[in-house]
Amino acid sequence: MSATTPALGHALDISTTRPTPFSRLVRVELRKSYDTRASFWLLMVIGLIVLATEVIVLIVTTVNDESIQFGDFIGAAAFMTSFLLPVLGIMLVTSEWGQRTAMVTFALEPRRPRVIAAKAVVGVLLTLATVVVAIVLGLVCNLVYGAIQGDADWTFGWAGFFAFIVNQTFAMLGGFALAALLLNTAGAIVVFFIYKWVLPILIGIGAALMAWFDKLAPWIDFLSAQNELYDWPLTGDQWAHLVVSGFIWLVIPIVIGVWRILRAEVK
Amino acid sequence: MSTTAPGLGHALDISSTSPTPFSRLVRVELRKTWDTRAGLWLLISTAVVTALVMVIQLAVVVANDLQVSYNDFLTSTNFSIGLLLPVIGILLLTSEWSQRTAMVTFSLEPRRPHVIAAKFVVGIGLAVVAVIIALVLATICNALYGALSGDTVVWDQSAEQTAYFVLLQVIGMLTGFAFAALLLNSPAAIVLYMVYSFVLPGLFGLGAALIGWFEKIQPWIDFNDAQTGLFDGNGMSGDDWAHFAVSGFIWLVVPLGIGIARVLRAEVK
Amino acid sequence: MITVEGLTRKYGTFTAVDDVSFVCQPGRVTGFLGPNGAGKTTTMRIMVGLTAPTAGRVTIGGHLYQDIPNPGRHVGVLLDASAQHAGRTGREILELGARTMGLDGSRVDEMLELVSLTPGEAKRRLRNYSLGMKQRLGIAHALLGDPSVLILDEPANGLDPAGIRWMRGLLKGYAERGGTVLLSSHLLNEVELIADEMILIGHGKIVAQGDKKSLLAGAKGSGTTFVTALDNQVLAEALQAKGFVVAGAGDGLRVETEPVEVGRTAAEKAIVLTDLRAADGGLEDLFLELTSDTQREGMA
Repeated sequence: MSATTPALGHALDISTTRPTPFSRLVRVELRKSYDTRASFWLLMVIGLIVLATEVIVLIVTTVNDESIQFGDFIGAAAFMTSFLLPVLGIMLVTSEWGQRTAMVTFALEPRRPRVIAAKAVVGVLLTLATVVVAIVLGLVCNLVYGAIQGDADWTFGWAGFFAFIVNQTFAMLGGFALAALLLNTAGAIVVFFIYKWVLPILIGIGAALMAWFDKLAPWIDFLSAQNELYDWPLTGDQWAHLVVSGFIWLVIPIVIGVWRILRAEVK
Repeated sequence: MSTTAPGLGHALDISSTSPTPFSRLVRVELRKTWDTRAGLWLLISTAVVTALVMVIQLAVVVANDLQVSYNDFLTSTNFSIGLLLPVIGILLLTSEWSQRTAMVTFSLEPRRPHVIAAKFVVGIGLAVVAVIIALVLATICNALYGALSGDTVVWDQSAEQTAYFVLLQVIGMLTGFAFAALLLNSPAAIVLYMVYSFVLPGLFGLGAALIGWFEKIQPWIDFNDAQTGLFDGNGMSGDDWAHFAVSGFIWLVVPLGIGIARVLRAEVK
Repeated sequence: MITVEGLTRKYGTFTAVDDVSFVCQPGRVTGFLGPNGAGKTTTMRIMVGLTAPTAGRVTIGGHLYQDIPNPGRHVGVLLDASAQHAGRTGREILELGARTMGLDGSRVDEMLELVSLTPGEAKRRLRNYSLGMKQRLGIAHALLGDPSVLILDEPANGLDPAGIRWMRGLLKGYAERGGTVLLSSHLLNEVELIADEMILIGHGKIVAQGDKKSLLAGAKGSGTTFVTALDNQVLAEALQAKGFVVAGAGDGLRVETEPVEVGRTAAEKAIVLTDLRAADGGLEDLFLELTSDTQREGMA
């Protein structure tokens, strides 16, 4: 019977089709990060907040005639973007779930880990773009400060620069990891802010009260482990703290989250 | 012709239909807070986190032989219901938009202010329930503390302080509600709330320290700061209440007003 | 061509798809029919790797979907036209698909034109689309990569009559050029007009399959006749005398035999007939009959 023995022409000839290259996935995911009103404004708000922060710092220091360094401008901007970059990381993942576009995305690229990896790469690229914007605006602000005050201080160590990039990237990836774990925008944002603002307080209280917890705290406190990066170079202990706490807060949620996404029935 | 002049039978007889009573709307809105998996888990985790924080606090103080009072246990709710009630307030409103159920809700009750008011009442109700749970848990923990540590148990919660505590939690819930009404978008409202409650106080403090004139206006615009008297045990002076009213107007009434105007005018999609 | 072999999907104790096997041939439109919740969508989701099967497998042109490189170029999929970001414009949605597949941007314009979405409509955001417009956009998305296999879940949903006719022509032409089309529907009339091959599913199980003629041949309706005579009473008595089962049906009679027997009887008795036809209940009766235990509305 013909139905049971299909002719050769019935088989799908896939020999000439190349698999979707990773670079193309990254470009598509990058496009998704600004092609809706919500995602576009998130990026705009990040840029505007960097601008507003540095300009306010410029105005306040100039008016009060206080001294400031190049690095301070960028530090102020970094403080503000450290709230929004994680949100960006979260939205990169959850917008695909909340809007059910995952069905289309995974139908076009069934190799799901590559889609997730492409999203992570986009997150890192956007973080670096934020860093560049912060540095360029900081440069301009410091020039203006120098022009008004007569003298600009260009102190901005490489250690600070390096730590700044790593901090911002980890902040974004922290959001990304939580989003992959929870696959829910509201949940991921709440947990992220608790992790960022409440947990350090609790760790501080615990460490002050209990000696054993004081010893344990550096190994689980990823935020303070990252702050050590500003005092480059790190000691062996500090490296160990960074690796262990980073494993807890970045690697574990991402692994569980990716495992979940791979197994999930996409609805 | 009969088609142009409909008889009495053709008109919709609405004389015997009573409008949807407000109490029914409130009951329906209350049900909506727990009838989805996400909603149910948010409520459950709020209660569980409240209990967990207090139990950890109890374990720590007993293990380290520290002196605590009833009020200290209650203060730990800053890390539980203090954080999650505003999120409940936000989702009360935004879940209706992100899931597009507003279309159904507003077609069954076109008097939109009634629906919003019902959600508002549900929010306050949940805040009160959360407070009761917190008070009960704190009572249990304090009693256990006395039993386990052998120290004298201090019950230092006056009626006034309890009223303050209720007010504090209701305001937390309503701030979330107001931000949600303003933005009608869960992620944006949650981020705004978190920035408002964690980042803004630091910036206000910094501004006040650096700029002379800002220090003078800061108490009038810093709603977080204005609520300090409600939980620090010092009570609220007349000045405090004035600061509370003015900053509360800025952070609660204004966004709520703008938000409600927006909801009433919005095309529901 | 699509080959489904022993496909089963269980959710706890509930079996959504129960040992389903069938083949969709190239050059033919295969209709996948069943009442709401019969397992059509689950089967299609398994086909494209969005749901994992509990047992069995689906191959498309001899490959598992996951093994097809750049699958959008080979298999066009439309599962849920609403499963798109509400904030994207129709054009942007196609643009993303085209870029993922590595296609030229001009392909987007071609597809928009094919599904008759005007440039103005393409600029609108999906949340402002009507169901029919979403459906057209979804069909455009499925056709973007010029695939040789189409998997469409309820593609006619929300389309106006002109739109349904347009889609029918589109899919017929597509199959005539050698494409494989699988489309699901709960609307029989629609599938009857377009499908060369039909698969009926109820409660997760296949209850019948084949082309329209072979399906109807096996249906219960065959061998029954509707007849109306000037004097029904006399005709009924004559037929009963020959041993046929007769029942009243509307203005006429329903007789459990072939029309030729009824005509012969009428001729013998010189009874004037005003209507005589085989009681061909059509697909609808067959469908309701085969899926009666799975229908939500109890069969009378």
